[in-house]
Amino acid sequence: MPTEHTFPDAAAKASSAAEAVPEFQTEKMSLSMGPSHPSTHGVLRLQMELDGEILTKADPVIGYLHRGDEKIAENMTYNQFVPYTDRLDYLAPLANNMAYAIAVERLAKLEVPPRCQAIRVITAEMARISSHLMGLGAFGLDVGAWTVLLYTLNEREKLYRLFEELTGARFTTSYTRIGGVTRDVPEGWLGRVNAFCDQFLPILEETLALLTRNKIFMDRTVGIGVISKEDALAYGITGPNLRGSGVGLDLRKDKPYSGYQNYEFDVPVGTKGDCYDRYLVRGEEMRQAVRIIKQVVAKFPDGPWFAVDAKKIFNPPKDKVLTSMEELIQHFMLVTEGPQIPPGEVYFEAENPKGILGFYVVSKGGGVPWRLKIRAPSFCNLSILPKLCVGNLISDVVAILGSLDFVMGECDR
Amino acid sequence: MTPGDEQGGAASASNCPLAADEVAGFLRGINLGATERPSGDHPAVNVAAADIPAVLRALRDHYAFDLLMDITAVDWAEGVSPRFTVVYHLLSTTRTGSYVRVAANCVSDPEPSVPSVVSVWPGANWHERECFDMFGIKFEGHPDLRRILMWDSYPYHPLRKEFPLAGIEVPLPGEDVQIETGAKVISAPMAGGPFVASPGEINLTEAEPRAKDESWSDRRPQPGQSELKQVKE
Repeated sequence: MPTEHTFPDAAAKASSAAEAVPEFQTEKMSLSMGPSHPSTHGVLRLQMELDGEILTKADPVIGYLHRGDEKIAENMTYNQFVPYTDRLDYLAPLANNMAYAIAVERLAKLEVPPRCQAIRVITAEMARISSHLMGLGAFGLDVGAWTVLLYTLNEREKLYRLFEELTGARFTTSYTRIGGVTRDVPEGWLGRVNAFCDQFLPILEETLALLTRNKIFMDRTVGIGVISKEDALAYGITGPNLRGSGVGLDLRKDKPYSGYQNYEFDVPVGTKGDCYDRYLVRGEEMRQAVRIIKQVVAKFPDGPWFAVDAKKIFNPPKDKVLTSMEELIQHFMLVTEGPQIPPGEVYFEAENPKGILGFYVVSKGGGVPWRLKIRAPSFCNLSILPKLCVGNLISDVVAILGSLDFVMGECDR
Repeated sequence: MTPGDEQGGAASASNCPLAADEVAGFLRGINLGATERPSGDHPAVNVAAADIPAVLRALRDHYAFDLLMDITAVDWAEGVSPRFTVVYHLLSTTRTGSYVRVAANCVSDPEPSVPSVVSVWPGANWHERECFDMFGIKFEGHPDLRRILMWDSYPYHPLRKEFPLAGIEVPLPGEDVQIETGAKVISAPMAGGPFVASPGEINLTEAEPRAKDESWSDRRPQPGQSELKQVKE
């Protein structure tokens, strides 16, 4: 009779470790990792129970960065909330700005002009690149690859210079308004974006080459932290983490917004759902983002860059405010009362770098939302941790956290 | 009856968004007293709170809504009945970009509760914990209904409408630290704080942008702990 080989999964191994050798009864140790720990990327705290080096229990403790954004939103006008969206996923503020603006515009049944959509797509994709650059750099750092971060931060800085030129700020961009953006693209900016893309692609390849076939990196990530397709769906994982597990859900393709249907791009999908797949997906997404940006720049539409007819929603141009009575009144009403949004409810989701960012807005009319719920991708992506971490070595938890690429500002809101 | 049995083949065959008439068919199919909910964006249904797990299971198993995106609640203000509505958003990965919204009013206003759907989607766990934390809605059958964003001993549910924006003074968690330092969470000073207009009741002085008249300004006294219902877990 052939011997049956069983390969017990790590979790079972961990739980039976103590029973296997009864004379070496070990005591489980509880260990708190974070909220101030370099590899928890912010203020995540993991309350762990260890058997030797293997986790038998992991309980994430979140809320250290809770600022009550949803309560604040109920107490201010729609445009006043834009700066708060910067502070959700603070590594991709432009993408958050856009998602929030589109959500409220959907409620107001307002379509912004093509030029505005194109500007938003460029900024969102640049935000995607900058977010993934930071994500990969930090991931490399977590598993011991120092060099990657130096490359990626360098590139990210170039993006921030472009953001600063466009929005006036590097991080807290607050670029969108309901019905448009704060300002049109500066002269020559598109050319500089294009130039950035051209020089970025070879550097990206160089950077990814530091990791993709790196023996140490592969040893730390291949087969580690596997999220099965079923688990990913059951826990509401989205974004690169879901695509790494082999589900090709990308709202830019599946439910296009802001004119994404006009651009050609591929959605990378992983096969195994381990840390390495998630890394590969992010790498490819940056290439695709560059591809999208180049297409937008190539067919950048003319015309107005804000919803000109939405007089009760978007501020009139400043020079008109100072010279014309009607625009002055319009400006005054918008500042004091806020954009007039009809009653109703809307749920809009955008494909952000970290996953699907959703806004559920309930309006009773007027300039202040009655309820605004933020569906944060990092919040959902972290909710799988108790299941994902168990059975892994404590050093692999660091790799898993790095590969999930979460931001606590968004998770805690 | 098993909800959605008649519709068995509908989901697997189609790779297209949910059509409006299909929602009507779904309403007939589940036969649970669900009614269409007025909606400007996605198909939406109102169901009774007790039917939530059955409806969501039917939507997942027979209509391919395999991703639970969000669970949240809306507080329709104190004194309004029904006061709390729990809202679920589902997304389908196979019917391209198709959403459905399911809403249920909580039966009791002072002690709102709905059945938990953690058994349908494990991912509902944190959403329901957040909802409980922020609104005090009990999710019956939840395996571990603790606060998630606020600390465990926190006495209020901050997203309820009667809770003031500035917050209320409470002792910090950790009794030993409290006793030694006297530290507490103090409410935010609102002077020069968020500028808020009062929609609906506008005259010129009211319409000026100014710090919001928070509860303890000279017009109204600060709400004491007695005025806001503390939660006894």
